[in-house]
Amino acid sequence: MSRARRTRLSTVLRRVRVKWLRATDPILGPFRARWRRSLMVRTMTTTGLVTGLIVLIAGLFILGSVADDLYSSRKEQALSDSARATLAAQRQIDASDATDRGGLSALAASVRRTVQDTSSSQMVYMRRQAGQGSYPDAPPPSYTSEMLPEAVTSELANAVQSGEEAQLWQPVTFTAEDGTLSSGIIVASSLTFPSGAGVYDLYIGYDLADTQDTLAFVQRTLLITAAAMMAFIGVLVWIMSRIVFRPIRAAAATSRRLAAGESDARMPLQNDEHFDVLSEGFNEMAETLQMRIQELDQLSEMQQRFVSDVSHELRTPLTTVRLASQVLQSNAEGLEAGQQRAVEVLNAQIDRFESLLEDLLEISRYDAGRVTLETEPTNLVKLATEVVDSLQPLSPGIIEVRALGGYGRVDVDARRIRRIVSNLVGNAIEHGEGREIVVTIDSNASAVSLAVRDWGIGMRADDLDHVFDRFWRADPSRKRTLGGTGLGLAIAQEDAAVHGGIIEAWSKPGQGTNFRLTLPRGDATSFMSPLPLVPDDVEAEGDPQATGGWLRRPLRRIRKEGRR
Amino acid sequence: MGTMSARILVVDDDRALAEMLGMVLQGEGFTTEHSADGTEAVEKFREMRPDLVLLDVMLPGLDGIEVAEKIRAESGTPIIMLTARTDTRDVVRGLEAGADDYVVKPFNPAELIARIRARLREPQQESSETLRIGDLTIDVSAHEVRRGSQPISLTPLEFDLLAILARKPQQVFTREVLLEKVWGYQYKADTRLVNVHVQRLRAKIEQDPDHPTIVTTVRGVGYRAGTPSE
Repeated sequence: MSRARRTRLSTVLRRVRVKWLRATDPILGPFRARWRRSLMVRTMTTTGLVTGLIVLIAGLFILGSVADDLYSSRKEQALSDSARATLAAQRQIDASDATDRGGLSALAASVRRTVQDTSSSQMVYMRRQAGQGSYPDAPPPSYTSEMLPEAVTSELANAVQSGEEAQLWQPVTFTAEDGTLSSGIIVASSLTFPSGAGVYDLYIGYDLADTQDTLAFVQRTLLITAAAMMAFIGVLVWIMSRIVFRPIRAAAATSRRLAAGESDARMPLQNDEHFDVLSEGFNEMAETLQMRIQELDQLSEMQQRFVSDVSHELRTPLTTVRLASQVLQSNAEGLEAGQQRAVEVLNAQIDRFESLLEDLLEISRYDAGRVTLETEPTNLVKLATEVVDSLQPLSPGIIEVRALGGYGRVDVDARRIRRIVSNLVGNAIEHGEGREIVVTIDSNASAVSLAVRDWGIGMRADDLDHVFDRFWRADPSRKRTLGGTGLGLAIAQEDAAVHGGIIEAWSKPGQGTNFRLTLPRGDATSFMSPLPLVPDDVEAEGDPQATGGWLRRPLRRIRKEGRR
Repeated sequence: MGTMSARILVVDDDRALAEMLGMVLQGEGFTTEHSADGTEAVEKFREMRPDLVLLDVMLPGLDGIEVAEKIRAESGTPIIMLTARTDTRDVVRGLEAGADDYVVKPFNPAELIARIRARLREPQQESSETLRIGDLTIDVSAHEVRRGSQPISLTPLEFDLLAILARKPQQVFTREVLLEKVWGYQYKADTRLVNVHVQRLRAKIEQDPDHPTIVTTVRGVGYRAGTPSE
């Protein structure tokens, strides 16, 4: 039950949060993004908010106590002033012998002046206390400022009348004639007049405007101080975080240099035990990586040297055998028919051995990552036409070149591209059942593409998966007319890959095969082929590859020409 | 001296290969001698004075490149290198050392014969033609190049290269055209051959090989000869 409620609550909270996020996004969005991304922004914001809060609390506290202190000292002063004035006034009344109306009035006026003089206040209000028997000669209430009688509350008047305390005070708000308000206090006491005049209330008002001014000044000063402090703390936090983050930045810079291939980049020591642990760990990692890479490089170099040695060792005897077979062949007329055939076979097999050796060397060069691209601006249509022209004599069917585009020159290693095209066309001749073969070329903004289509026996889907495997043959029992080495498509795929391109195959038993080479233009990392993989004459059956889709540049280590 | 009786020095440490090479070459009507060692090869060269040297790069004693340097120091005799390595700098080093051409093992015998014939080809006799290029005078029939009265010694290949360029001053020759005209390649071959030999030629004929004025490079196209000066 409670869990259910909690879940509901959290759902509601989440909804509110999402709403809040959406509503404030236009304003706070950029900041939120920076908050999420930058530790420094988080640190600075948090520090700023916390110090701001502390400064605010401290300011309020100081302001409060200063106001209290100012108020109470002013009040004390008012009370003592008023006491002194009351005493002086009473003394003056006691010394007087006025009894008649005129005398009492004069006495009242003079008492008011005395009070004014002694109390350092210009606001004095005197009136006969209520609840006494009327006395016609008693002086009427008098005041120096209208604000004062208005401000006296009945509560205060009652308290004075009760006589429990000789001196009473009350904080009030004075309203001036022009409507401005100012705070103040009223101190009340009583005076006893002779004869029947009786007891008079004496109210003395003290305006606290000057105290208010002082307080405002203190407030201003505090505010300025707080702002200066916040700014100072902000700068300090910024400087501190720069200092603190410097090692992190150093680590980031070093790792970037490492990633860029600068394998001897190391992190400098930061003179801090914690960061130096990081530095040391980082540098050890870099060291290990560098060592591993060097080991691998050495291994690759060893392999390359081995391949090179093998090539030399194999090539010389192969040359000798070839020369010997040449000697035999030039004297073939003198041989028996069987021997002549043997020489023929010898020659053919030497050719085969040679191309196998050549392919092996090429693939191991790719494996060792020791391939140098020699690019030149090449017209793919021209290249394909040349290849087709040279292979046409081997094909029973017509080979057609359809150039929909791709006449523009592209920077490729023409030798390798030529090898790809002759491989693909050669394959088509081999498996095309003597039917027509079509080579299509097209280009778009991101790629150029060449497809080779035959209408031969085709392949099953699981054969298609292995078509680029080394030494793999679709049907081992099939007669080979062109005598490929079994490495042709594997090398073609590598040839495409060093150009950042890719070769894909579509095939259906009985419907033929389509190989599509796609090469990206420039440095595009993803590109779309201008040609369909599934040929137009085949009804697409929801094959995901039918639409083409985006292709990604394969990862290969290559060396560009001109680097020594 | 007809090509049919041309004498070839075969330098290769692989005796079986050398023997078969000898048989094939003799079958084509050449006279051959064999040397299996670099140091010995240089001596043999001096005593035999062959018309052409077939030189393996990997040799005991002096290696092929050093042998090429030594032969080139005293003679312009055509040298064709036999190499099993195309992807190393051996080829360029061999060409820089003075080899005129190279064939890669395993080579087609017919191809080798064609290369040898191209190197042994008699220069086209253009009756006492004299070409002028820059401050050089080229006497085609006498196979002589002079700067003023100072003769400059060029190998036959370098001479061919210069003469072809000089016959059509200001015309740009692509590397492919030069490969065909000078080396006799009918199809695309290694353009490093041209680059290296132009360098070697410049080193001999230019006043300042780093700033050539006689054989200049046309970036992205090829080479051409400057006009006669004075």
